[in-house]
Amino acid sequence: MFIPHTEADREAMLRTIGVDRLDDLFQDVPADYRFPDLNLPPAQTEMEVMMELQRLANANEGISDLICFLGAGAYNHYIPAAVDAITSRGEFLTAYTPYQPEISQGTLQAIFDYQSLITALTGMDVSNASHYDGATAVAEAVTMAYAHFRGKKTKIVLSPSLHPHYRATVETYNQGTEVQAFTPEIDLSAGPDALLPYIDGSTALVIVQYPDFFGRIYNYTDLAEKVHAAGGLLAIAVNPLALGLLTPPGEFGADIVVGEGQPLGIPLSFGGPYLGIFATRKEYVRKMAGRLVGETMDNRGQRAYVLTLTAREQHIRREKATSNICTNQGLMALASTVYMSLLGKNGLQQVAELCYHKAHYAADQIAAIPGYSLWSNSPYFHEFVVQCPLPAAEINAHLLEHGILGGYELGKDYPGMENAMLLAVTEMNSKEEIDLLVDILSEAPHD
Amino acid sequence: MNIPTDLKFTKNDEWVRVVDNVGTVGITDFAQEQLSDIVYVEIVVAEGDEVSQGDSCATLESVKAAADVYLPVSGKVVSVNESLPDSPEGVNTDPYGAAWMVKVELSDLAELDGLMDPTSYAAFLASKA
Repeated sequence: MFIPHTEADREAMLRTIGVDRLDDLFQDVPADYRFPDLNLPPAQTEMEVMMELQRLANANEGISDLICFLGAGAYNHYIPAAVDAITSRGEFLTAYTPYQPEISQGTLQAIFDYQSLITALTGMDVSNASHYDGATAVAEAVTMAYAHFRGKKTKIVLSPSLHPHYRATVETYNQGTEVQAFTPEIDLSAGPDALLPYIDGSTALVIVQYPDFFGRIYNYTDLAEKVHAAGGLLAIAVNPLALGLLTPPGEFGADIVVGEGQPLGIPLSFGGPYLGIFATRKEYVRKMAGRLVGETMDNRGQRAYVLTLTAREQHIRREKATSNICTNQGLMALASTVYMSLLGKNGLQQVAELCYHKAHYAADQIAAIPGYSLWSNSPYFHEFVVQCPLPAAEINAHLLEHGILGGYELGKDYPGMENAMLLAVTEMNSKEEIDLLVDILSEAPHD
Repeated sequence: MNIPTDLKFTKNDEWVRVVDNVGTVGITDFAQEQLSDIVYVEIVVAEGDEVSQGDSCATLESVKAAADVYLPVSGKVVSVNESLPDSPEGVNTDPYGAAWMVKVELSDLAELDGLMDPTSYAAFLASKA
């Protein structure tokens, strides 16, 4: 229960610090800004407010109103009803990791299962209990690599085909630190080899994406070897759903695997909550941020779960911990665990295959439209770049008139790519929807 | 409490044994007892590093806590105990012997005068108790 300070408490505190009134503490704020005129409309009843909010909400067009071909890091997948039913159970929904965590065996078991599934999916040794989202997980990989080399290597090489938002988050996290994260200006159509000239003995970490931001699939084995030969670490940001089909990045020799877990049963929403996947090799476990649940035996010989290796964490190591952000959104980790468990290995593979085949059907059809072409001929998963005859923004406006949410406009992040659009196709897109997209795209230049 | 007579001590419970201008560094019996079971040792300096008094040279993790080991003396690191990370329990069983952490070639012998002798250290521990 929250007990606010009493008037007597406040007076005692004010006396202690030598201030007469609470208002005196705000003297540094210019008087005009202390109690600004908010110019609010007259008070409304609950019913009126409800109707107004409803009106505002109805102005949104979401994925239930539109046919969605937008991805670029967050994807429209089917979420089985059981995911919501299980995660909404009171035991899970209201649970906050308690400060005596072992009292909550159910919560710990769910996190342990999550970690086990993520390590199986990525081919890595150990996974933490997750971070906020894919972008923050990538930023934590940078922090970990910097801590691993004890600050002696400060250079972080970010592939230009790593999600632009992830790169921006790395920059935000590292403001004012010694870390020098940069994106080399290389030909975007080039493969991972183009990064090699930028990797040297001062490189702590190289980060690539798999499939990359443009949807392309590369084998990073050679890159991993060369990064290791230079004495650095390699992190691969993944779409976990694609791993239902693709070689796990652990087999490439990745040291850290991060990713956005949203495709695993988490609804699309602006600003999250999403799921930041973080897995690594056993040798780096003590430098890994975040919670880690382990399985053990209690004093009666029964299976039990504990928070393990907590000496890594901020509440013990304080300012010397790798990261002081250990929070995650446990409910999102749980949702992905339920999703993966419901689908199973074969189900996940099936979803990935559906995405792959539908995307390839769509790409083939679009490439056959006069004026349109595929930007890359590299293998891809469920997302691909289309060169349009007009700016992508104009094409998208046209698609929206026909109830279609078009692809990501790459010109926003990549100057010179104003006519390029990143389209995503998932199991949610029917053949009819894809054929409609193709029809509207064909008309677009003539309208 | 075991306090060998041939060592100098810091207020952070590190010891240094100086032979021929080379100081061997570790943590005291009192420190290992306070930390309880040590499960992880990481030496954070390397042979050849120039180090200063007060620099962290190792990180210890016990089941309950994490602690840094600070250097009692300045100089050049001439050796680190490579085998210690594989047998962290040595810090508990033999803190003054097998569990030494680094050896430093001293650059300033006068620093030793600022450290405690065994008698002062015993008094220092008694005052903390």
